[in-house]
Amino acid sequence: MNRHAGGTKRVEEVSFAGEVADDMKPAQFDYIAPTTIDEVAAALAAAEGEGKIIAGGQSLMPMINFRLVKPTILIDINRVAGLDRIELHGDRVRIGATVRHHMTAADAIIRQHLPIVHEAMHHVAHMTVRNRGTFCGSVAHADPATEMPMMTRFLGGTVIAYSQRGRREIPAAEFFVGSLVNSLEPDEFVIRVELDAMRPDAGWGFEEFAKRHGDFALACFATTLHCVDGMASDVRVGMMGVGETPLRLEEIEGIIEGTDVSEPVLDMVADRLAGILMPNTDIHASADYRRHLSGVLAKRALRAAWSRAKTKGFKHNE
Amino acid sequence: MSEKTITVSVNGAYMTRTIEARTLLSDFLRQDLCLTGTHIGCEHGVCGACTVILDGRSARSCLTLAVQADGSEIETIEGQGSVDKLGRIQEAFREHHGLQCGFCTPGFIMAITDLLRHHPLETDEEIREALSGNICRCTGYENIVNAVRELAKERGPLE
Repeated sequence: MNRHAGGTKRVEEVSFAGEVADDMKPAQFDYIAPTTIDEVAAALAAAEGEGKIIAGGQSLMPMINFRLVKPTILIDINRVAGLDRIELHGDRVRIGATVRHHMTAADAIIRQHLPIVHEAMHHVAHMTVRNRGTFCGSVAHADPATEMPMMTRFLGGTVIAYSQRGRREIPAAEFFVGSLVNSLEPDEFVIRVELDAMRPDAGWGFEEFAKRHGDFALACFATTLHCVDGMASDVRVGMMGVGETPLRLEEIEGIIEGTDVSEPVLDMVADRLAGILMPNTDIHASADYRRHLSGVLAKRALRAAWSRAKTKGFKHNE
Repeated sequence: MSEKTITVSVNGAYMTRTIEARTLLSDFLRQDLCLTGTHIGCEHGVCGACTVILDGRSARSCLTLAVQADGSEIETIEGQGSVDKLGRIQEAFREHHGLQCGFCTPGFIMAITDLLRHHPLETDEEIREALSGNICRCTGYENIVNAVRELAKERGPLE
């Protein structure tokens, strides 16, 4: 490697493996920045599976810098008009493909209709990364320990994919296939994600634990629920950091539904979580620790959600 | 090899260069424009040393392609001040001993430029969270937090 200031000449040398080494981190690729989704779709199809979409680049560029990803062409969607919007359509919130995290964090529609997403934004990486990274890019990256895939999974999300063959709506349950694996076809890209708006009387709780602020979660528990006649109703539970994909836990929802979310119910939730979760042991934490942590976070999140739901449910019925 | 010609504004001056598409913004600034004040640490978005302002918001220049910045306004540490006349954030770092070796300092100063423009910075907790994307191995951060606290006080509440 030869980093020399002052010139544009790039030094190339041949490594022992016979590969041509050079003084740039990424391998070579072509680059285009189309202005319409049809041009993007055409370029992606022409790349025959070797193309990559770039929006914020906050997950893709590290992989490109390490040459873990070597696309023949990068297709930059930042100059496509109309993808940078957050809109309310009926009871769904639509988030476009170039909406950056800092926009989501400051957005009035998100604050009013998806307060749990607003809260979660504070846990997403760091300021400078939030300035560039996008909601939809995070979803497409499908990291099982990040906030936006979990929100998409447990808030009834749908991923809207586009290709030359047209539009395809992919329910979140089918979109997240594995760790960093989604169900997009090679010629498809995400133009937007849609989530269920929360009802005004919804209570919510979001509890995440990471070793340092902005780090990937060791475990995270999120819930929305409503208080109807003193009982929990329409309960949703999501988790991340404890599986190969973001999780929606219908079995846990069933334990809470119709109860008064009392401490014995919370104990049952924690016990059942320890039984069904299959987290990994890695350098950051053991599987046992993550299971224990999940129960602790679940209780905190459910207490907060129930307290909010009771207050709102009371006002709602007045 | 795929080459692109781009024009960017850097600290108010327009620059046009032809570069390889894969050129990182950090390498473009240092090698093509000879602006070596932007430092390169980890080159995968963790350390924050390469932070610059891109169209008004801080960005990791190692996670941005130079070609993506075509038509953009970039601010770097060179636009903050000079040895004879330090910028206000640099002066606050000097007063509070907010640096030792200085390697991380350009990144901190550019991140703080963004913070002072867009963030309330009302509590120490908020200041610490806001600085958490930049790594310093010398100071233990206390003196950097002290400098930002003073700068935030000087600025007053955001409009």
